[in-house]
Amino acid sequence: MSMIEFHDVEKYYGDYHALHDINLTIDNGETVVLIGPSGSGKSTLIRTINGLETIQKGQLIVNGQDLAEKKTDMNRIRKNVGMVFQHFNLYANKTILENIMLSPRLVLKRPEEENKKFAMELLDRVGLADQAPKLPAQLSGGQQQRIAIARSLAMKPKALLFDEPTSALDPEMIDDVLNVMKDIARDSDMTMLVVTHEMGFAREVANRVIFMADGQILEDDSKEKFFDGQPSNDRARQFLSKIITH
Amino acid sequence: MISIFQNYGGELLQGFGQTLLCSVIALFFSLIIGSMFAIFETTPIKFLRVIARIYIEVFRNIPLLVITMFFFVVIPMFVVKIGGFTAGTIGLTIYTSAFIAETVRAGIQSVDPGQMEGARANGLSFWQAMRYIVLPQAFRYVIPPLGNQFINLVKNSSVLAFVAGFDLMYQGNVIASDSLSTMSTYMCVGVLYLVITMPLSYWMRHLEKKLAS
Repeated sequence: MSMIEFHDVEKYYGDYHALHDINLTIDNGETVVLIGPSGSGKSTLIRTINGLETIQKGQLIVNGQDLAEKKTDMNRIRKNVGMVFQHFNLYANKTILENIMLSPRLVLKRPEEENKKFAMELLDRVGLADQAPKLPAQLSGGQQQRIAIARSLAMKPKALLFDEPTSALDPEMIDDVLNVMKDIARDSDMTMLVVTHEMGFAREVANRVIFMADGQILEDDSKEKFFDGQPSNDRARQFLSKIITH
Repeated sequence: MISIFQNYGGELLQGFGQTLLCSVIALFFSLIIGSMFAIFETTPIKFLRVIARIYIEVFRNIPLLVITMFFFVVIPMFVVKIGGFTAGTIGLTIYTSAFIAETVRAGIQSVDPGQMEGARANGLSFWQAMRYIVLPQAFRYVIPPLGNQFINLVKNSSVLAFVAGFDLMYQGNVIASDSLSTMSTYMCVGVLYLVITMPLSYWMRHLEKKLAS
């Protein structure tokens, strides 16, 4: 079963053609890494999946629902599709524990005791159980990003979207975040779509690597073909050699 | 001044009470109505944005006295008879709510858009995200300018004097023409306004410090 399907999708910002002829299917449980130079439309593409950006043409089906249809309830899609942002976007006015418990309480109506127990389990899983009563601003970037991942997991989503989750972090924080993401990719059957330049992550846990430039998908390969063989597209090959030797 | 208090204490006290009552009612409702239009202005729904824009631009740019007179004179002619106090309080509420809407909107827009996105991406509706995440942060930013609006509101309540609202200013006018000691009378009135506005501004400053920590 496919979790996410793009059919001939086009997206414009005014005159600017942000996504061009996107056709892409991501199956349940797949881990897909999306790479490409900045401005290539990677972030735009994953933001269309949970409706943070709208598309102008084509069809986008997420978890069996067509996003373009009027009767599609975006909030229902977002219950099943979590997102982790580059700048974490933790709620600045809520404690770490409240950050994690808020959506399950309001949206899923999860009973308070169960909600708290699960939130603490997740905090434990990302190694930050002792930070529960603090505010986001009191934590480092790497810690905040792990909390943001725990917050998404609290909704028990079917798919998780990662929008450059490590690009705003200090180098020594990156591994902690990547390790949490690798655990999720290995231990769960969650569908993951990750915009990142962390090739180590892609090599270890991705099933597929997609290369984008100028709003188009230029390369869509299995991990093996992408890294061990060579991407067939010139720009993808150049890009790959740059980030790997870097 | 002391003799004014001695001779006209009852009237002054009644005026003070009316001014305080009008201010409290207008403050409460203008905060609610103002916040509502501020949220309308920031919704993705265009219809609500337009409604809010019209409301704010119209009532922010008409003198308070004109709005009040409208409720005091025009509404009773066609709709329902209302007294000076009610007309003045409604006028004051509407007028102030337009300013509060602008203030709160600025506060909402100064909250990092990532807060709204984070909340929406986690399944919260627009209203839930506003209620639990964005507004609490927005109000923290707008407490100082909101305090100014509240103080203006108390002072603007003197518009009641024009529509026989029996407020502090109205009583002041009556006492001044009765006692003929104009200066002392208006000084008394001024002092009584300070009795309301000074604690209010002190309280707002206290709230600002408390929320900043």
